[in-house]
Amino acid sequence: MFDWLQHSVDWLIYNVFSLTHGSKVADALNFFVFDTIKIFILLGVITLIMGIINSYFPIEKVRNFLTKRKWYGLDYFLASFFGTITPFCSCSSVPLFIGFVKGGIPLGVTLAFLISSPLVDAVSVAMFLGMFGWKVTIVYVVSGIVLSMIAGYILGKLKLEHLLTDWVKKILENKQVADNSYVEEKQTFMQRLPGIGKEALEIVKGVSIYILIGIAIGGLMHGFIPTGFFEAYISKENPFAVPIATLVGIPMYSNAAGVLPIMQVLVQKGIPIGTAIAFMMAVVGLSIPEGLLLKKVMTTKMLFIFFGVVAACIIISGYIFNLIL
Amino acid sequence: MKKHIKVLGPGCTKCTATYNNVLEAIKQTGIDADVTKIEDIEEMMKYNVLATPVLMIDEVIKVKGRVADISEIRQLLTA
Repeated sequence: MFDWLQHSVDWLIYNVFSLTHGSKVADALNFFVFDTIKIFILLGVITLIMGIINSYFPIEKVRNFLTKRKWYGLDYFLASFFGTITPFCSCSSVPLFIGFVKGGIPLGVTLAFLISSPLVDAVSVAMFLGMFGWKVTIVYVVSGIVLSMIAGYILGKLKLEHLLTDWVKKILENKQVADNSYVEEKQTFMQRLPGIGKEALEIVKGVSIYILIGIAIGGLMHGFIPTGFFEAYISKENPFAVPIATLVGIPMYSNAAGVLPIMQVLVQKGIPIGTAIAFMMAVVGLSIPEGLLLKKVMTTKMLFIFFGVVAACIIISGYIFNLIL
Repeated sequence: MKKHIKVLGPGCTKCTATYNNVLEAIKQTGIDADVTKIEDIEEMMKYNVLATPVLMIDEVIKVKGRVADISEIRQLLTA
């Protein structure tokens, strides 16, 4: 699919810059230019597609959708699925949480949305496609959704409502179910397109610096760390590798754009892909800043249960990835 | 007439960007307006928002869930 691009980059590096084919500098530069352009093309296309879907299913519509009908468990899937297409900023998590439970959406379903939203989004899908190919991408997206559903379901079953902070409980007592103030704008596809394009551009612009830094660090590690370096420490046989990778990732805070290029090099240098994905999921899905924000709505005990259940699900999927990929 | 502008958001980079764009747009248009930053989440929830940052002009939500750029805010202010 990207043969034409590789040819153009080869031409640029070896003919225009006349660097020697096979030299370390030429190869590193070739790798950097090709990877960067490929990822930005994919990023543009995927953010546009997700932007179009999101334009027809904005967050208000999703909420009304989930509150109006009884879905008999299907709501966990819908919440996780819509979480992936909704662009997410961690500082939106609290307003979103309140807005959802206030509208009568069960706690578990709300949490399923909150888990899947940072885990799978346009940026991570585009970068997975660019770095690991479509097979790993599909496995990642499907498992991201399934993991959110399962974690949400378990958290729902644990009946944690009494562990919410007092002001949230008060809001829940006065919840208005019939709060359907949202009126959908009637716009044709062509009317929507400029706005969608602009937002996609904003998203790409916002993460581009992280991607460039990530690819640059990845390129350096690529050149200086010998292949198989990590294998000595973290092999597939080490049963503790996945939990350790997850626990190390939890306090860290980064988006998919920053962590994926580094993860790609770790995998090339011998870290099993499931272990690397578990690390990446822990970095983007759980973090200290997010925990501090969520403390506004959850008591410390509930926060620990929330992080614990999600971390356990990440660890289990890490083992599963290592088995099937 | 003086316009009342509110920027809702818990203080992440996107919210700060929106706030600074608002200040710049007011400067450029020379419109008489005051800007309030609402960072307290309990206060924010009174406006029933789902995604931040939110830009409100005279108690009406104009932009939500994304950063509004300067030219867009100028249009909203002069409309």
